Amino acid sequence: MSDMVEIEIPARADYVSLVRLVVAAAAELAPSLEPSRIDDLRVAVSEATTNAIQAHIRSGSTRPVKVCCRCSNGSVVVTVRDEGPGFDVDALTEMPPPESEARLGRESGMGISIMRALADHSSIDSSSEGTEVRLAFLVGGQVVHG
Amino acid sequence: MSVTIRRSEQPPWTVLSVGGDLDVVGAPDMRQAVVTAVAEGSRLLALDLSELDFVDSFGLGAVVGALKRVRQRGGELALVCPSSRIRRVFEICDLDRILSLHDSTDTLSELSVVVSDGATSTRRRP
Repeated sequence: MSDMVEIEIPARADYVSLVRLVVAAAAELAPSLEPSRIDDLRVAVSEATTNAIQAHIRSGSTRPVKVCCRCSNGSVVVTVRDEGPGFDVDALTEMPPPESEARLGRESGMGISIMRALADHSSIDSSSEGTEVRLAFLVGGQVVHG
Repeated sequence: MSVTIRRSEQPPWTVLSVGGDLDVVGAPDMRQAVVTAVAEGSRLLALDLSELDFVDSFGLGAVVGALKRVRQRGGELALVCPSSRIRRVFEICDLDRILSLHDSTDTLSELSVVVSDGATSTRRRP
């Protein structure tokens, strides 16, 4: 048994804070995650939602970005779906080491690493029809695969 | 909540106190405040994140940009970040390895400033 909250937002950056607020509030209603994990959830969802909005802005899409949050006693799973042009997930490049000069030239490109680090499980499915990011936060923080 | 930025002087440091949300909406405001402070001659810049509620990769990017800008002018950046919740996001990207992190603006006065070959560095006074 799980509770589901779905929202559709215009592809505008000022809606990202609303998504953070709704998802965090939904996760708190299903008292399964510790407060520190809800902080992690807010950051990861912010990254996914911002990327989705930017994909729509870049492609000129006026369609909404869709966010779905499923809360149960065992997990909180958030799906962020856009209808942007997609990207090659395998072509993502590693950040240079922090101490290198090149690192100071990279002010963007950290979002996906942060999502992957914070969620217990994450996946990105991207095609020319859009991108779906799935972020799972599990009670107890156990990592699952699949 | 949007970002709030307040500038003050704590010689030799210029302090930008950043509150609210440092995300895709708020980060450009902080970036602009840094650009202005550096253009006006601030070489020792401290970003006080004590009142920050939220940071994501866009906020981190603005901090990396601030570090780059002050170092290009031979200066140095200090980050006041008492919240473990905020600090954790910097640590995920290993930025704690290159940022001078402090728990309070009080510790800025404990740093001695060394200028060598046009570059500035800081170290804690013994």
